[in-house]
Amino acid sequence: MKFFPLVLANLGRHRLRTLLTVASVALALFLFASLRTVVTTLASAAQFGSARRLVTQNATGIVFPLPLSYANRLQSVKGVKAVSYANWFGGRYGDGKRFFANFAVDAKSYLAMYPEMVVPQDQKEAFLRERSSALIGRRLLDVFGWRVGQNVTLQGTIFPGDWTFTVRGVYTPTDAVINDDMLLFHHEYLEERIGRPGIAGWYVLEIENADDAPSIAKTIDQQFKNSSAPTKTGTEQAFNASFSTMWGNVSLLMGTIGMAVVFAILLVTANAMMMSARERMGEIAVLKTIGFTDRTLFALVMLETGVITLVGAAIGLGGAKILYRATNFNAAGFLPGFDVTTSTLLLGASIALLLMVASGLVPALRAARLPVVQALRRAE
Amino acid sequence: MKIPLSYNARSLLQRPASTVLTALGIALVVAVFIGMLALANGFRAALTRTGSDLNVLVLRRGADAELSSGLDRQSTDILGSSPHIATGADGKPMVSPEVYVLIPLPRAGQDTTALANVVVRGVSAAAWNVRSNLHIDEGRKPESGKAEICVGKKMAGRFDHTAVGDKLHFAGRDWNVVCRFSAGGSAFESEIWGENEQFMPVFRGEAFQSVTFRLKDPAAFEEVKRSLEADRRLTVDVHRESEFYTQQSQLLGRILQILALMITSIMAIGAIFGAINTMYAAVASRSHEIAVLLTLGFHPRSVLASFLVESALIAIVGGVIGALLALPVNGIVTSTTNWASFSEIAFSFRITPALLLAGLVFAIVMGLVGGFFPAWRAARMQVVQALR
Repeated sequence: MKFFPLVLANLGRHRLRTLLTVASVALALFLFASLRTVVTTLASAAQFGSARRLVTQNATGIVFPLPLSYANRLQSVKGVKAVSYANWFGGRYGDGKRFFANFAVDAKSYLAMYPEMVVPQDQKEAFLRERSSALIGRRLLDVFGWRVGQNVTLQGTIFPGDWTFTVRGVYTPTDAVINDDMLLFHHEYLEERIGRPGIAGWYVLEIENADDAPSIAKTIDQQFKNSSAPTKTGTEQAFNASFSTMWGNVSLLMGTIGMAVVFAILLVTANAMMMSARERMGEIAVLKTIGFTDRTLFALVMLETGVITLVGAAIGLGGAKILYRATNFNAAGFLPGFDVTTSTLLLGASIALLLMVASGLVPALRAARLPVVQALRRAE
Repeated sequence: MKIPLSYNARSLLQRPASTVLTALGIALVVAVFIGMLALANGFRAALTRTGSDLNVLVLRRGADAELSSGLDRQSTDILGSSPHIATGADGKPMVSPEVYVLIPLPRAGQDTTALANVVVRGVSAAAWNVRSNLHIDEGRKPESGKAEICVGKKMAGRFDHTAVGDKLHFAGRDWNVVCRFSAGGSAFESEIWGENEQFMPVFRGEAFQSVTFRLKDPAAFEEVKRSLEADRRLTVDVHRESEFYTQQSQLLGRILQILALMITSIMAIGAIFGAINTMYAAVASRSHEIAVLLTLGFHPRSVLASFLVESALIAIVGGVIGALLALPVNGIVTSTTNWASFSEIAFSFRITPALLLAGLVFAIVMGLVGGFFPAWRAARMQVVQALR
């Protein structure tokens, strides 16, 4: 390590070049971290789901409702502890450009079903008391500037007309994977306004024992098999995963771009290192003459490359982590819980090491194998 | 006086390694640029081609997609008897009241949880003529009154049981696949079509989702829109079919485009830094040459131009390589969910000559930006100092 000042001095020789190379590595790893976080966020959304929650939907497809009358029959299935239901509402706010999810839910049972959505006790009571009230995610306060107590009007796309709700509560998800930009309102209010067709989009069931999930799901589907609306029951995790897979092959796309990015930067750093080494041939020869071993010279060039790639990586990866944290980024609701994971950081760091080896190897070997006499002659 | 181009070309060949590395860096940026915009392009093109200027699409008022719409028989009858509808060769009005639903189908070759929401469209007999770009590639049209379906060209291979002669199971029964159709690369090619009266009872009961008809006079769209939306018996929104589908592509199309531009501009900065490094090194190692050029009487402006040209040359080589790298993705079929309609849509990467040109221009811009400061330094070099 006693040669470290020498490495630093070398880096300081072409200050601009060092700076630009470090910056390219930083940009590349920032991009890498961002792309990979898209993949990990989608994957964790697909993984999300309590093992004790099941979802029952219409076997024909998620866009078909189930009769509301199923609630009691589901409740009476052995092993089912609680039942709640929800309906996709599909309302638009304002010009509709900022999409956000809004559901009609059976308020009391739904909040009990999802302890991950934390609501202050007084707000919860106010929301449950008033039929035309709404519960909103914390993020919507910022997105639309809504306040508790305010009336908000959505335009229904599935259920026509203007729908006005009074915001009575704000929830904060304890699990980042849960969207913090949803609007929930009373299913009872929806039923009342559309003439009581008695429909639920899907049911959420809490079961007593997670191990019984497959058998309970089977019992339920068997029970409704020959009715007007056959059901399909699965774990909540499978339900969420089905939404993630709808994106198609995102990970392949992100992976390919990520590879291209890393490779492009490899070229930039390799080029910079080769240029530096070439310019210093004479010097290296002098160092050799005064007794530096081949191995030391190899290590010196490697170390120099390593400082560039590792500092670049630290800036890029750290920058990504901090930036997405600070801005609370969630891609307009499409990627809730967007956060650079530790595994991404570690992977990024290993890429930096790989970059160091790949771009430093040729110049380092060249430095180590340099024939002194020839180099000195050329340097003159 | 201008410094000849061959001087730059020879200088580049003098240092092949750094020229190639810099050019390849730019090539990768250009390849990603073209590839990602080809994706956005292909998606937009598929939806834009779906609609026709000659057709009108009617939905329930306030519905922003066919899925969320609903029209009862009375409404569709009123719409169907509109005097604005063109008459087909068989003397019947060219109108199709349609049932539109989504069904979950597992993607072929993946585990059963990888479901895609596929569009099932129930159409009238006239629909095959209302959509002018439709062509039956194999088999025959479904017969009225039978459980028969026709699948879009892009369904084949991506989903099991979608070949002609197969039976596809959905909505609680088997459907015979009797034909496969193409629709000029549009979103229809990702759909399953059958007779509307067959689908109605098995899905949502007595309701249609939309009515599509051919205009008798395409120029009269505004008048048709006004008269139908003002009709007291109807609560509908009237769209030009082409505009409606273009609208449906906007959400995801914009996301893809923004993503493409963001990623490539970050990459481009890296590539520009690479070019700056290369060109500074070139200027530094050739300070003698530059001094000689200046002494010979070349104007500093010529030296500036010469180094810019040299940098641009590297970039052009990179741009061409990048375009060649990206070309093979052209035509590759991929699929995703169009969140505006919640349905699975398959489309091809689409590289156009304009996109290739844009890639090349992008490369040249990177080269010029990266070359500017080094070229500036070369032009302002002090002759005496450099020669010493």
